[in-house]
Amino acid sequence: MSDLVNVTMTVNGTEVSHSIAPRITLADFLRQTLELTGTHTGCEMGVCGACLVILDGRVVHSCLTFAVQASGAAIETVEGLSDRAVIADIQEAFHQRNALQCGFCTPGMLMTAHALLSQSGVPSREDIRDALSGNYCRCTGYEAIVDAIEKVARDRYAGANASAPEEVGA
Amino acid sequence: MSVLTPLDRPNSYIGRSVPRPNAKRLLAGRGRYVTDITLPRMLHVAYVRSPYAHARIVSIDATTAREMPGVRLVATGEDLAKLCAPWIGTMDHFKGMKSPPQLPLPIDKVVWSGQAVVAVVADTRALAEDAAEAVYIEFDELPAVVDIDAARAPDAPVISPELGSNLCFHGKIDTGGVEDVFAGAAHVVEEEFHFGRHTAVTMEPRAIIADYDASEGQLTVHHATQTPYQFQDIYARHYGLPESRVRVIAPDIGGSFGMKLHMYHEDMAVVGLSMMLGRPVKYVADRIESFVSDIHARDHRVRARMAADAEGNILAMDVEDVTGIGAFSAYPRTSVVEGNQVYRLMGAPYTFRNYRADLQVVFQNKVQMSQYRAVGHPVACTVTERLVDMIADKTAQDVFDIRSRNLIPDDAYPCTSPTGYQFEALSHHACLAKLKAMMDYDRLRAEQAELRTKGIHRGIGIATFVEITNPGPAFYGVGGARISSQDGAIIKITPSGDVHCSISVTELGQGTETIIGQIVAEHLGVDSNRIKVMTGDTDTTPHGGATYACRGAGIGGETALQAAKKLKANVLAVAAAILQDEPEKLDIHSGWIVDVATAQQRIELSEIARIAYFRSDTLPPGTQAQLSVAHHYAPQGYPFAFTNGVQACHLELDVETGLVKILKLWVVEDCGRVINPLLVDEQIRGGVVQGLGAAFFEECVYGDSGQLTNGSLADYLVPMAVEMPDIEIGHVETPTLDTQLGAKGVGEAGTAAASAAALNAMNDAMKPFGRTVAQVPMTPARILKALGHI
Repeated sequence: MSDLVNVTMTVNGTEVSHSIAPRITLADFLRQTLELTGTHTGCEMGVCGACLVILDGRVVHSCLTFAVQASGAAIETVEGLSDRAVIADIQEAFHQRNALQCGFCTPGMLMTAHALLSQSGVPSREDIRDALSGNYCRCTGYEAIVDAIEKVARDRYAGANASAPEEVGA
Repeated sequence: MSVLTPLDRPNSYIGRSVPRPNAKRLLAGRGRYVTDITLPRMLHVAYVRSPYAHARIVSIDATTAREMPGVRLVATGEDLAKLCAPWIGTMDHFKGMKSPPQLPLPIDKVVWSGQAVVAVVADTRALAEDAAEAVYIEFDELPAVVDIDAARAPDAPVISPELGSNLCFHGKIDTGGVEDVFAGAAHVVEEEFHFGRHTAVTMEPRAIIADYDASEGQLTVHHATQTPYQFQDIYARHYGLPESRVRVIAPDIGGSFGMKLHMYHEDMAVVGLSMMLGRPVKYVADRIESFVSDIHARDHRVRARMAADAEGNILAMDVEDVTGIGAFSAYPRTSVVEGNQVYRLMGAPYTFRNYRADLQVVFQNKVQMSQYRAVGHPVACTVTERLVDMIADKTAQDVFDIRSRNLIPDDAYPCTSPTGYQFEALSHHACLAKLKAMMDYDRLRAEQAELRTKGIHRGIGIATFVEITNPGPAFYGVGGARISSQDGAIIKITPSGDVHCSISVTELGQGTETIIGQIVAEHLGVDSNRIKVMTGDTDTTPHGGATYACRGAGIGGETALQAAKKLKANVLAVAAAILQDEPEKLDIHSGWIVDVATAQQRIELSEIARIAYFRSDTLPPGTQAQLSVAHHYAPQGYPFAFTNGVQACHLELDVETGLVKILKLWVVEDCGRVINPLLVDEQIRGGVVQGLGAAFFEECVYGDSGQLTNGSLADYLVPMAVEMPDIEIGHVETPTLDTQLGAKGVGEAGTAAASAAALNAMNDAMKPFGRTVAQVPMTPARILKALGHI
C-alpha cells in the first residue's frame, strides 16, 4: 500500500526498521509487528499504565504514542529490561512478595518502579503510592506492590552505602 | 528437645508462604494471554453496536462494508442463527423464573445500548473497524425501560412481550409471624439502601480466538475465561458439535473475578464466524466495549427493617430487594443468583430466627447484570450491618457490644440460618475479639473523640460477614445447569521421578497452580520444585467445575490431595514389590522411599520410575506399576462450606468537600485450613480493594434513555494506589471436617464486607451532624448532599 511509512528505531538495543501504516500506535507496533507482547494495552487512552515503555529514557504510554513518533528513538520494553537484568531485584521482590496476580498490569508497574527507583534516596510509602497513581491493578489492592518497591529501595540504598564505606554511619 | 510442628515434617508445604513459581514468567513479560496469541491465517472481528437502549432493527445495509479493503465477512443475526441454537438463562430451582431466548446477534430488535448487531471480519482489527463504520443500520427507537420501578408499572413497555411482564423472578421467604414481632418490638430501625451498578474492569478485557478446522470438524477456542469446561459444553451443544471435537484453552488470564464465566454474545458469535470462514477469528473487547458488554454487578434497591428488644437483642428482619438485571438473565448461571444470595444471606451471622424477604428481579434496557466477585454478599452484608449499627445507636451500645450480644455463639454449631443455610462451624466471636485487639479499638475511639473537638471527623465502622464457598451441586447442578461441582486431577510420575499434575481448577493469578503443587508435594512426599501443575485446557485436564464461588482451594485442593494419596499408594506398592517389603512399612520423603519406622532411605522415586517404565521385566511377575492416577472429588456433606470474618474501616471525612481519606482496613478471616498464607492474604487485600471501589468510586451511570454515560477508564473511577490504605489481616482457622484438607474459600471474603465496613465508618464520621448515608458508591456529591450542603 502506498500510504505505508518507514520507521526505524532502536528497540531493546537492536535497530529495527519496518514499513507501517502511520496510524499504528507504538503499543501495537511493539506487540504486533515486533511480537514484544510483554507490553499490554488495557485502556488505549493513557489511564491504566499497562502499556508503559521507556522512550529515550522517559517512561511513556505506548498506546498514546504513534510508532512514527518514535522514529529514531531508543525504546526499551519489559523484555529488554529483563534481558539486561537491570530490574532483576525488582522482579525478585515482586515475586517474593506476591506483588502480582494476573500479571497483566505488571510490566507497566515494573516500568514505573524502575523509573522511581532510578532516582536517588529511599521513597516513602506515600511517594511510592503517588508514583503508582497512573498504574491500575485490579488484583492486588496495591499494598504488596508498594511493599516490594519499598524493599528494593531500602536494599539498594543499603547496598549503595555498603559499597561506599565513607558514607557508613553518616 | 524442641516441639515439632506440622511444618517441620519433610515436604511440609501446606501452611507455608510459598511464592508462585508461575509468576516469574509474568514478571519477565512472558505471559501468554489470549490477547497475545496470533494464529496462522487469523482474522479479526469488529462489531457494529446499537446506539439505542431499545429499538427495532428495520434494515441493515452492509454493501459498502463488504467491498472495503481486507473485509472477509459481514455477518448478521440471521446468518449466525442458522448455525447457533438459542440459549435461555434460567434454572429450574428458581421457580417461575423466565428469560427470553438469546442469539449471538439480534435479528429484529436491540435491547440495550451497546449491543452488538453486525459482525465485520477483516484481516486486521483496524480494517474491520473501518468497515464497521460503513455498515448502515436503520433503527426504529422504542421507549427504553430503565428504572426498576417504571419497569414494573402496569403500563410499562414490556421488553420481551412473550414473557408478559418485565419481571424475571419473584421470590419470597417467610418464617412466619414477622409482622407480630415488629409490632411488639421495643426498637425498630429501617432504611432504604441503594447499590449502584459497577463492573469488573479486568485489566485484560474479554478476549477469544475461535479456530474451526472443517477438515476434522474440530473447534479450538482460546478463551480468556475461568471456566473452560462450561464453555466446551456450551459451544458443543449450541453449535451442534461433538463435545470431543471442542477444545477450550484458557491460557494466562488477565483478571476475571466472575466476569469471564458468563456467555457473551460477541464470544458466541466468534465461534460461528470461524465456522463460516474456516479460519481463526479473534475478538478482543476494547475498553469501551467492555463497559457496555461485560456483565455489570449489583444494582439493588433494598428496603429493610430490623426489630430488637429493649436490650438490643435482634428479633427479626424484613427485607424487600428489587434488582435490575438488564434485558435477560445471563447464561448459563442466570442473573437470579445474585438476588437469591442477597435475600438469603441477610442477617446470616446473627441468632435471630424471624425473617421475611421479598425479591424481585427485573428486566430493563441495560447490559446484563450477573455474578461478580462476592455475588450478593456485599449487599446483604451492608444492609444487615448498617441496621445492626442503627440498633446499637437506639440502645446506646458500642458497635462491638451489639455484635457480641447478637452473633451466633462460637459453640452453637452446627446450626441453620432462618433462610436455610447450614453452618458447620463459624468463629464470629473469636474473630471479633481478635479484630478489636488488632485495631486497638479503644485508642481509636479516644482519638476520634479528641479529633472531633478539633473539627477533624474520623469514622470507625465494622462489619461481620459469612461467605459461601465450596459449593456442591445445590448451586447450579440441581437447577439443570451443566456446571460441575466436582473436580478431577491426573497425576503422573515421569520417568525421572518428577511429577506432573493436570487438574480442572483454573489459574487466574490467585495461585491455584501453586497451592495444588503444595498439596501434591506434601501428600506424595516430594519436593515442590519437582512438580508441574497444568490447568486450563479441556483436552489435557479432566472435566471439572474450574474456578468460581471460592471452590479452587477447597474442592480442587481436596481433589489433588486425594489423587496424591492414591498415587502414593501405587508407588509404595511397586516399591514394596521391588524391596520385598510391605507397603505399610514404607513412606515417601523428598522423593525417596523410606522406612516409616526409621526414615532410612531405601530407594529413590526416580529409580522406581526407571524400573517401572524401562525395566518392567525385573519386576515380580504380575506387577503392573500404576504411576499415573486419575481421581475425581465432589463435595459431600454440607451443601456449602461457609467462612466468616469481620472487617473494620477507619476513614477521615472532609465535611467541607465530601472527600474521604481511607486511613486503614483490618480484616480477620476464617477460611479454615490456610494452605498458603501469602496468597490468602493477597486474595483478601485484592478483594477488600474491590469492595472499597464499590463503596467510594465505581458506578455505571445511566441516563434516562438507557445510555451508559461513563463508559471509559477516564470517566469510571477505579481504586488506584494513592487512594488505597494498607490492610492488616488476621486469621482464625476453623477447618471444615467435610474434607481431609479442611480448606474453605477465601477469594470473595474481602469484597463481601469492605463496603459495609466503609458505609458504617462513614455514618460514624457523620454522626455529630445527625446525618446518614445509605447509598454506594459514597461519592463526594452524595456525601455533601447527605450532610445537607448541597
